[in-house]
Amino acid sequence: MKQQQQYTAPCSEAHKENRIKLSLARSDFVLELDLHLPSRGISVIFGASGSGKTSLLRCVAGLERARTSLIQINGHTWQDETFKPSGLFIPTWQRAIAYVFQETSLFPHLKVLGNLRYGLRDAGKSAAQSLAQTIELLGISHLLERRVDQLSGGERQRVAIARALATQPEILLLDEPLNALDNARRAELLPWLGRLRDELQIPMLYVTHSVDELFRLADWLVVLEQGKVKASGPAAEVLANSEPAILVGEEAGVLLEGEISERDPTWHLVRVSLDGGSVWLSDPGMALGNKVRLRAQARDVTISYARAPEHGIQNQLAGVVETITAEQHPAHVMLRVRCGKTMLLARMTRRAVADLGLQCGQTVWVQIHALSLLT
Amino acid sequence: MRFSPETLQAIVLSLQLASLSTGLLLVLSTPLAWWLAHTSSRWRAPLNAILTLPLVLPPTVIGFYLLIAFGAQGFIGKITLLLGLDSLAFSFGGLLLASLIYSLPFALQPLQHAFILVGKRPMEVAATLRASPLKAFFTVALPLARSGFITAGVLSFAHCIGEFGVVLMIGGNIPGKTRLVSTQIYAHVDAMEYTQAHWLAATMLVFSFCVLLALGLLNRRQAEQSA
Repeated sequence: MKQQQQYTAPCSEAHKENRIKLSLARSDFVLELDLHLPSRGISVIFGASGSGKTSLLRCVAGLERARTSLIQINGHTWQDETFKPSGLFIPTWQRAIAYVFQETSLFPHLKVLGNLRYGLRDAGKSAAQSLAQTIELLGISHLLERRVDQLSGGERQRVAIARALATQPEILLLDEPLNALDNARRAELLPWLGRLRDELQIPMLYVTHSVDELFRLADWLVVLEQGKVKASGPAAEVLANSEPAILVGEEAGVLLEGEISERDPTWHLVRVSLDGGSVWLSDPGMALGNKVRLRAQARDVTISYARAPEHGIQNQLAGVVETITAEQHPAHVMLRVRCGKTMLLARMTRRAVADLGLQCGQTVWVQIHALSLLT
Repeated sequence: MRFSPETLQAIVLSLQLASLSTGLLLVLSTPLAWWLAHTSSRWRAPLNAILTLPLVLPPTVIGFYLLIAFGAQGFIGKITLLLGLDSLAFSFGGLLLASLIYSLPFALQPLQHAFILVGKRPMEVAATLRASPLKAFFTVALPLARSGFITAGVLSFAHCIGEFGVVLMIGGNIPGKTRLVSTQIYAHVDAMEYTQAHWLAATMLVFSFCVLLALGLLNRRQAEQSA
């Protein structure tokens, strides 16, 4: 298998392509990439600190200028260093971006409403309308008259996102917006971000090093390692198919996308149909037909030759073992099993695999012991 | 009121000089302080040292060099001669120029410090919200550096009122023209008019105390607001 997998972004309208080509030398790494990103949904830029994620975002915003760069968003060229004589570089304030910083970036000398109005270009009707929409979208109408220091961390970020969106941007850039928050505040803010993904018509670049945020938010996934692109593609495919795997050890897992197809009111369960089978999980209260995202961690998946009714496990899928790869710890191996079009990862001990005599190409049953529904 | 017309004249002149030079200083120091706070130029350190010199030099040294410069052979004197103006020595204009120079660090340092404290981030945030650099400066950097402006204004005003050495060297203590409060006290003492000296000195004392008290209260309110 190839070292790096590149998928092409689904650009139905070629002129609305988002292209980011950068070459930026820093003291600790060299950022060198050429990305094509989809024109809707959240593209998560994932990587350890020092991998160049924030620099990438700052270049798109024009806060930093990388040489030999090409930045095209939604059909607009914001930077093209091949332009003669001195290269094309649109300054930040003339780019239709929205940028949400890691720490609170609200202006302390203005109230919430003053902050929200700061980016409005005119006092016209469309500006007022877009402001009203973002206030509604982020649920902050009760905070407008507050001073910035009277807001909680989560509220501050919601106001910051609303302020950025009120400028009617063509792309939303988020630089680890949950990083400065504690766990409770994160849990409070995450559903709002999910809502943005569902309702906004613009692309979002979301920088994070959090696996949890990656699973919850990513439609498209770009993995950066020391300034280079390790993988870029639809999130579920990148997580399931990348070789070597993006996530290893305890964090390894796959993202499943399915649809709620049946409700069992007696046991408060719903059936989620996947390509290659279906799984049952506790009823989240969503209507039938709703699309859901599930996270199946490799440590919660086991494999056997026969269906295992005696274990009381309802979530079993039939599949074929595609690969068996070594894990960091010599006691473990990672198995990749294809069930229909769905790919699952199972982390098992080397001994269990030897006892079962598991090999690539074998038909097996996959038991999923735990699934989390991501909203 | 026990002040003689001459003393009143000195008070008015002092206030005029201090207000004018404080206003000019704030306007001139702002871009300079901004540049010093954000530049990575290698000229930053030496320039900063030169601009801070008036803080450590004896006022008579500044006064002496200015007097030389104002003279017919000095470079400022040549310029005024060329423009057909009177020499700046022993004039209000000369005093004004001198106060700008010797009070510069009192305006420049607080402003520079305030701009460094504000940092680059608020300007970046403003830029991502479509504010031009100029708009960002006036709507974000200036309000956030407000306490720096208050400190700079109060300190340079008070310092202008209180300066003596430079004023004596280049002003010449001419009543009604270049005689200020500080030199008026000196004149009183010289003439053994201790009562008048007492009154004026006590007024200065109270004034200085009030200035510092007001500055402290303003800064505390500012701190409470941004806490």
